[in-house]
Amino acid sequence: MQISKDKFKLVGTQLSEAEKISKPSLSFWKDVFIRFRKNKLALFGLVLLGLLIFMAIFGPYMTPYDYASNDLSNKNQPPSSEHWFGTDDLGRDVFARTWEGARISIFIGVAAALIDLIIGVIWGGIAGYKGGRTDEFMMRFADILYGVPYLLLVILLMVVLGQGLTTMIIAMSITGWINMSRIVRGQVLSLKSQEYVLAAKTLGANTNRIMSKHLIPNSMGPILVTMTLTVPSAIFTEAFLSFLGLGLTPPLASWGTMANDGLPAMRYYPWRLFFPATFICLTIFAFNVVGDGLRDALDPRMRK
Amino acid sequence: MAKYIGKRLLYMILSLWMIVSATFFFMRIAPGNPFASEKKLPPEIEANLNAHFGLDKPWYAQYWEYLVRIVNWDFGPSFKYKSQTVNDLINEGFPVSFLLGMEAIFIAVALGVLLGIIAALKHNRWPDYTAMIIAVLGISVPSFIMASFLQYFLAIKMGIFPVARWESFMHTILPALALASTPMAFIARLTRSSMLEVLANDYIKTAKSKGLSSGVITIKHTIRNALLPVVTYMGPLTAGILTGSFVIERIFGIPGLGAHFVTSINNRDYTVIMGVTVFYSILLLVSILLVDIAYGIIDPRIKLAGGKKGE
Repeated sequence: MQISKDKFKLVGTQLSEAEKISKPSLSFWKDVFIRFRKNKLALFGLVLLGLLIFMAIFGPYMTPYDYASNDLSNKNQPPSSEHWFGTDDLGRDVFARTWEGARISIFIGVAAALIDLIIGVIWGGIAGYKGGRTDEFMMRFADILYGVPYLLLVILLMVVLGQGLTTMIIAMSITGWINMSRIVRGQVLSLKSQEYVLAAKTLGANTNRIMSKHLIPNSMGPILVTMTLTVPSAIFTEAFLSFLGLGLTPPLASWGTMANDGLPAMRYYPWRLFFPATFICLTIFAFNVVGDGLRDALDPRMRK
Repeated sequence: MAKYIGKRLLYMILSLWMIVSATFFFMRIAPGNPFASEKKLPPEIEANLNAHFGLDKPWYAQYWEYLVRIVNWDFGPSFKYKSQTVNDLINEGFPVSFLLGMEAIFIAVALGVLLGIIAALKHNRWPDYTAMIIAVLGISVPSFIMASFLQYFLAIKMGIFPVARWESFMHTILPALALASTPMAFIARLTRSSMLEVLANDYIKTAKSKGLSSGVITIKHTIRNALLPVVTYMGPLTAGILTGSFVIERIFGIPGLGAHFVTSINNRDYTVIMGVTVFYSILLLVSILLVDIAYGIIDPRIKLAGGKKGE
């Protein structure tokens, strides 16, 4: 069949227009931000997280009561306009204790994530960059340590070293960094053969410079995601340990110790368990959705 | 295959050796001694007790004896309860924990896979969103909080289930549900994402164009392939169920090994803590190894000799 040429007409693409970039150029992080913003759940998580942090900072000042002072004439009061979240068995204000606990729980989470970050980046970075025997040795060591059951080791350390904030963070970090080091190693391994690293080497950049200026910044995405997801697991571990009776010592309050104290009284004074438990869940939820959102935004192909 | 299993066995033994040594040395530097109590013991009695438990020997002799005992499946005595050994505790408590754990694993896998499949088949529609919200909640609510909420609302307030103890099947439902909630959520997410991946494959398109019904495609072609990643999760699942049982058994007053372990932690009964930790570690590492080997057998695409995936 023949189609005559006059059936076709030029709709007007000009060659000079074809190469024109109509969208403003976006940096990588701007692009990530745009994708993140589209994720409603992640955005909600971020707002929630902001609120929780705001309350952790200012919450204790919003009530005249102190988190540690007892008032035995007012014990086990239900929530009221006087004590917003009620009081516990020593007459301490649960509202004040909840936000004091928020400080400690979030501090533990962030501290554990930061320690994991430091050790993990150094260990994984060296292993990935050096390669060969060093890599083999370092990663085998990590594999063996990874095989040791995490919570059991943490429990053991808490029993031996005694309870306390520092001990808890140390105990969590002993095997916590392995995950981070594996991720950093994987990133460094795949990045170090890229041309810009070769170019940097040719220009005479030393190892330190290549690591700190090229390899680590380019691995920032997965590192950030891992960190965001470490925080909730550390908060969970803290609550879990406190629940086993291995937590902080009174009068210090964390959400875990408050939930632990509230459990036996659940039948008659449910608010003593309800408030700390709810905030543990909300915090873990917020960090999890922000972490998931970040992962999706950083790597749209890896959507889970 | 044999080479791979051998390599994995070696790592497992090294990890085990590490935790066994750690328990031994940690307990030696632990504050206080096992016989510490309110009353001060006369020095002669203390010396006798030390001799009885072999504590008067140099540390390397004790360490060696300890290793030999572990290899012979003897986890040592309890310092607090004179007539009981750790083996007695394990024999008594573990069957209960095992039953609870199996029930929880069953719930987690069945509900998790079901939720995941529904979510994937109704991708980006309301069943998907509902299933994923349930999953996010399951991940965010720690098992011990889930347990106390379930206990408070379903048992204390509504009286549908018994509050605590371990007597009939009804008694097992709440603890198993609480234990299963987090792993169920993980399995649901895992199933959903791997279902979506499989559904995008060409062979699904082929099956559709051959005129197969959607039921046949889902069951024969999609689920079979999509469930492979779920198998890899069985290792972490066992770990989660195991550690979760510590708190769940405490909350529901179940006489399992987890509850004994927590009691021994609170009593600072060092030998029991050591023994149970080592027992749990063996259990965990062996089950993870079995899962990995099973995965290699089920999925012929994984080349075991090459080591772990992603290396």
